[in-house]
Amino acid sequence: MGHSKFKEKMVHGLFFLNGLLVVLVLVGIFILLVAKALPAFREIRLIEFLFSANWNPTATFVAPTYGILSMFVSTMAVSIGALIIAIPLGIGAAAYLSDVASSRVREIAKPVIEILAGIPSVVIGFLGIVLVGPVIAKIFHLPNGLNALNGSILLAVMALPTIISLTEDALKSVPKSFEEASLALGATYWQTLVRVKIPAAASGIIAACMLGMGRAVGETMTVLMATGCSIAMPKNFLQSVETMTSTIAIELGEVPYNTTHYYALFGIGLVLFIITFAVNMIADVVLHKHQKVLK
Amino acid sequence: MENVKIRVGDFNFYYGKAQVLKNISIDIVENKVTGIIGPSGCGKSTFLRSINRMNDTIIGARAQGRIIIDGRNIYDEDVDVVEIRRKVGMVFQKSNPFPKTIFDNVAYGLMVNGVKDKYYIQDRVEKSLRDAAIWDEVKDRLNKNAFELSGGQQQRLCIARALAVEPQIILMDEPASALDPTATLKIEELIQELKKKYTIIIVTHNMQQAARISDFTVFFMLGELIEYNITNIIFTKPAKKITEDYITGRFG
Repeated sequence: MGHSKFKEKMVHGLFFLNGLLVVLVLVGIFILLVAKALPAFREIRLIEFLFSANWNPTATFVAPTYGILSMFVSTMAVSIGALIIAIPLGIGAAAYLSDVASSRVREIAKPVIEILAGIPSVVIGFLGIVLVGPVIAKIFHLPNGLNALNGSILLAVMALPTIISLTEDALKSVPKSFEEASLALGATYWQTLVRVKIPAAASGIIAACMLGMGRAVGETMTVLMATGCSIAMPKNFLQSVETMTSTIAIELGEVPYNTTHYYALFGIGLVLFIITFAVNMIADVVLHKHQKVLK
Repeated sequence: MENVKIRVGDFNFYYGKAQVLKNISIDIVENKVTGIIGPSGCGKSTFLRSINRMNDTIIGARAQGRIIIDGRNIYDEDVDVVEIRRKVGMVFQKSNPFPKTIFDNVAYGLMVNGVKDKYYIQDRVEKSLRDAAIWDEVKDRLNKNAFELSGGQQQRLCIARALAVEPQIILMDEPASALDPTATLKIEELIQELKKKYTIIIVTHNMQQAARISDFTVFFMLGELIEYNITNIIFTKPAKKITEDYITGRFG
């Protein structure tokens, strides 16, 4: 008895440590980001950092500037553009899978969607350069198609698996009794979906979209390859932009250590961390509410 | 003179290869309560759900034979299912209001059927709630979520929701089985009131309930219709031994 109880406690402790480790890693990353970002603000005013659109850290004859606003706006524009494309497609596909598709189709489609989620971002970026870019250039008569729209389309493809599978889960969790009640009142399948099932699953669907957004905001390689990388305040979706993630990826490899520029790049990382953390937190809270409502 | 509202002839029903209803033939009388009793798995719910074609939603389900309502076989190919379900309302075993306001729950059936006139919808909602004997309890909180109501109130709300689209027939699948005795009594009184306007078919597990509320009683077993008669006769001098055994509780 004493022996098995000891074993039980050991296993318990082991799992607790595992859980703790995850939290420690998260806290560690946060502390590292803060520690590396803070020195930047000895020379840069926070207001300027957040709200100025001039990013020119390597200026030699004039004072260097460290404003991230245009990157921030680019990141948001590309991500929100991605959501505008991905949300209707994702909800449509999820509704199809949960309500219309035969079990045969579902058995094939679900693994395919998971494979889509597993495609390396560099491959998607490659498709952006050789496929999406030329098509955009042709349609809009541009010299090249590496711009915000290209990034949005690719990020939409990358966010779709998350949105589809979580939305499908949300629709599946709507009790069948709601559906039956609606049909029994003479509603069609379509009316039942739009007026009963989607509203009942709304918080789950919103959470799905938020998580898709989180993925889009943090994505680096794809946008680096597809958006053309020129730091400027985006005026429309056909302009080349550079997101926060791209800037870090491009500049961190070449920046001298422990300079203001170096610290400022960590500052961008901190901002990104806070955005994705907030988006994921909100998604989690909303999802939790969804599960509570349906109980 | 009693009118036949539903005429069922040689009706068979299958889930895949399993036959769950065998050659059912029965005439259901207008403006009466017909109670269906029988042991679990005897096909009584399946039969009920055949009358508004709710079984259509089940994969592999197949019907054969006739269910004629107002001279029209609802299983004919050119019949619009939506039309049937407007005419034949349904109340389920577990109350299932939508996660919407009380008002929107009752108005739902009207809205999906294309009613746009606001005043008409308001009138119908009030009338339906009154007919379902729940108006006084909810009139001050029509904009509250339906989930805030008690179980018995939710079930009466579901009845109001079914009444709103002005059906002619109401199917009830053990509507009081999840309710306490007081709430059950209210539903039973309501059913007596409703039969003046509607033809009611009710499935019940509760023999006393069938005896109390139904004018006619049907006894089902293993997918077959064993006996059908005026409730009084079924419960006092049934024609078949097996009916008597079931009613007196020798099996169940």
